Parts: sequence; C-alpha cells; structure tokens
Amino acid sequence: MTALANRYEFVFLFDVTNGNPNGDPDAGNLPRLDPETNRGLVTDVCLKRKIRNFINLVQDGEPGFGIYVQEGAILNEKHREAYKAVRPNDDTVATAKKLSPKNAEEETAVRSFMCQNFYDVRTFGAVMGTGINCGQVRGPVQLAFAQSVEPVLPLEISITRMAATAEGEAKKGEDGEDGRRDNRTMGRKHIIPYGLYRAHGYISAKLAERTGFGEADLEHLWQALEQMFDHDRSAARGEMGSRKLIVFRHASALGNAAAPALFGRVTVRRRFKGEEYALDGDGLDNLPPARSFADYSVSVNRDGLPAGVEIIERL
Amino acid sequence: MPFGVRIRVSGRYACFSRPEMKTERVSYDVITPSAARGILEAIHWKPAIRWTIDRIHVLKPIRFQSIRRNEVGGKIPVSSVRAAMKAGAVHDLRLVVNDARQQRAATILVDVDYVIEAHFDLTDRAGPDDTPAKHHEMFSRRAANGQCFHQPCLGTREFPADFQLWSDSIPAHALPGDQVNKDLGWMLLDIDHTPTKGGGHVCDDGCVPHFFPARLKDGVLTIPRLDAAEVRS
Repeated sequence: MTALANRYEFVFLFDVTNGNPNGDPDAGNLPRLDPETNRGLVTDVCLKRKIRNFINLVQDGEPGFGIYVQEGAILNEKHREAYKAVRPNDDTVATAKKLSPKNAEEETAVRSFMCQNFYDVRTFGAVMGTGINCGQVRGPVQLAFAQSVEPVLPLEISITRMAATAEGEAKKGEDGEDGRRDNRTMGRKHIIPYGLYRAHGYISAKLAERTGFGEADLEHLWQALEQMFDHDRSAARGEMGSRKLIVFRHASALGNAAAPALFGRVTVRRRFKGEEYALDGDGLDNLPPARSFADYSVSVNRDGLPAGVEIIERL
Repeated sequence: MPFGVRIRVSGRYACFSRPEMKTERVSYDVITPSAARGILEAIHWKPAIRWTIDRIHVLKPIRFQSIRRNEVGGKIPVSSVRAAMKAGAVHDLRLVVNDARQQRAATILVDVDYVIEAHFDLTDRAGPDDTPAKHHEMFSRRAANGQCFHQPCLGTREFPADFQLWSDSIPAHALPGDQVNKDLGWMLLDIDHTPTKGGGHVCDDGCVPHFFPARLKDGVLTIPRLDAAEVRS
C-alpha cells in the first residue's frame, strides 16, 4: 500500500439531540463540560473509539483491518482454534530466530507487522513494550477534543423502573398506604437537549509514510467519520449524527498553509428567522436556545485560499 | 547565537506531565524545554542538528483544569506480537478494553501561549552539506508557511499546538502579580537519550532525565544548558 503523499486537516461537525455524547466519570456521568465556558466537550479518545468500532463492524475479518484495542466480546476465539488445528507445528518454526537477531531490527519487524495487520495501529499508533524495550508507533491521525460551538445545558432526567433489583427491595414495597405494590426503582439520565460539536483533526503524511497508512485507509477514515454515529445507537446517546466534514488537502506532504488559519475558514453561525448571528457577537442572549441543526449555518470561506490547499466538503 | 529562532505556540489545552505524578497526570506550570524541543522538531529536524531551548516567555496566566478519562493500562507485549508473526495469524492478538480499563484524571493547563527562543547546533552526524544557514532557512521557511512534519502538540497529542514564526518583539505577558516571578520548583529539562549504534534508538534505563530549578523572572523562564552546574540528573 502506498502511503499518503498529502497532509490533511479536517473540521468535523456532529450534533446530539436529547442525549449524552460523552459522560464524565468524574461527575457522575454528566456530559463533559468545560467548567469555564460551559461548552460541552467530547474527548479525542471517545471519537477514536467510535472510529475503531465502525471499522471493526464494516471490515470485520478483512485482512489488514484488525482492531487491536477492542471493546467487549471476543468473536474471534473460534478462528484461533481453527488456526491451531490447521497449524499444529507452527510453534517450532525455525525461522523464529531469524526474527530476533538484534533489538532494532526485531523492533522494526514487530512494528511493521502490527501496522500491516491492525487499522487502529496504522492510524492512531500504539505503544508496544516488554520490560525495557519499547517499540512505539506514532500514527498519522491526530484528533483534538471536540467542543460544542455554544454553551450547553445538561439536564438531569429522573426515570423510574417498574421492577426491583433485589428481593429485599420488593418486599419493602409491599402493602403501601394505598394498597399498591410499589416495586419501583428510580434512576437518572443526563442529557443535552441539543449540542453542535466541532472537532479538529490532523493527518501527517510523513507519519503515514512510516505506518503505511494509505489512500484506501484514508477513505475508510472519512467513511467512519461520516457514518460512525449511525452504528453507535444506545439509550444514553440519544440522537447523534455527523453533520459536516470539511477536509483541507495540502498539495505537499509537509503542507502548504498553517492549520489554525485553515480551521478559521469554517465558521458556524446561529440562524434565527432568516437572520444570522456570529457566535461570539452580541445579540445571542435574546435568542431562544438552539434545538436543531437548522438553527445553525456553516460556511466555508474559500476566498484567497493559499496556493496548494484544496477544500473538500465531504459532508 | 547567530542562528537563533523564535516561535510562538499556543493552544486551548496542554499537559506537560510531571514525571513524579504520571499515572494521574499533573502538568507542570509551564511548557518544559523538552516539550518545546519536540515542537521545534515537529517542524524541522535532521540528525545533523540538535535543538537547544534558550528562553520561554509565558504570555498567559497559568490555569489548570481537571479531566478524567477511561484509559487502558497495558502495552502490547512484544512477545505476543512475535507469537502472532510466527503463527501467521492475528486472531488472538488484541486488547479488550473492558478488561484493561483504568480511569485516570489529568490536571491540565488551559489556554496557553508561549514564545520559545531556541537555537541549534550541528552534531557529529552533520555532513559536508549541512550548514547552519541551510537548516535555519529550512526551519524558518516551514514555520512561516505553517508546514510541519507532523502537527506539534502541547505535551500530549490530543492537545495540538498552533505555531507561528515570531519575528516581532515579545508581546507583554498577562500574568497575574503572584505568577510574574513564580518559583516553579525543580522541572524536567530534558532526557539524555543514549544513542544506540545502528541508528534506531530504544528508550531504556540508560536514558537520563535532567532537572533544573525553574523560576519565572518577569514572565520569562531562562533555560540552562544541559551541562550547567545547577542541572541535576
């Protein structure tokens, strides 16, 4: 696989309706918030998890598309049994010694094996090590924390369950004052009524060269970003969706323009009754809160684009 | 220093982990010289040159925030990769995150802005073509155009660094009174990586961390050389 020859940056916009995009383990699973600005946060690792899950779902079993950092059940145990049956003598392969003549050489072999076989190692990198030796793979794709474009207001929704977990609880509930059996449990859900989140990503062609991350892999990454929420439905998430994926493609491997200036070309504005308002400007306070993607407008400034940079609106 | 460079780096978050608190990461108050070197190397580096950080100008107040994330606690054992290579199958090579889960808090910096002053020296791996002027020119051209080998980061990769070549005068800092001349305590200067023969470097116990007593003076941190008397390893 030929590696990428171009640097990329991307702006990824996704939204959540009545759901919790990323719970904070420090705050009782409340949606993550920047405490200073009350903007919602989604960590980079949260998005990477979804990319991994999507690739695993779509490319399941394809050679070269293993996912090293897996979630939940292990489906491949059976395959392993089959392999063991087919190759009973493999443990004694004499060539094994050839693989480890020197540390540096073996490290390279191990590293390229991992890169070739696992999509997530090739994309995001991985740390391999036993004891003193550390083989490290730095992946070309780098994601930053996603932040909501406006402050979000998490709501706590109390819910009830018409059953009890343990027997003891059930008995206590018997013969209530009005004679009703009241075997109920109460729970809580934290949701954000609506939030539009913006994530920034970077893809280094030079690091792609080292891991063998190629054009086809890139296409899979875009596809994952576009569709990953469609395969991540759950009670907690509510309705999440990818809204915009704007890609900046540089003509060269090192890039043709500074990343922050490119990101600045994508502006999100509030829309209300046909009027548009800047998010950092005045006049937002009197508007009702945004509750759908239609309350925002996204524009890409193509004026005076630096030479060698191409804007691709994937979504 | 004829070939000094100045670069301004900023970002929304940063985490320069203190080595003594690395499981639940706590950032140093300001960028370490080692992280600053990493930023320069992300823009331009060749084995022929070695970057040295001279001064760090801290432009924005030092503020922290805490974030807790689910992380994995394990690394990929080389032995199991070797076994999979031998078997020709990757099916039992995986890490199940639910089994290896750890929740870790990180105390990170918010809204940072620095001007880094640095210079480079030629190493003994410099060839006849490696003139200081050439490397200086390459670095300046790349930094001015926003080009980089990979996007530099502020300590960890989820916190990307915005950079620009800085030729203006140093902007006035916005530090509150108690931080202008803050004593930052002992801080990591850099890690002396022992070079291995054959090129590839494997970090091992032979790598020596060096520390220096760091103190802001009017918002400026002056970095001693690695062999200075006040530097301890």
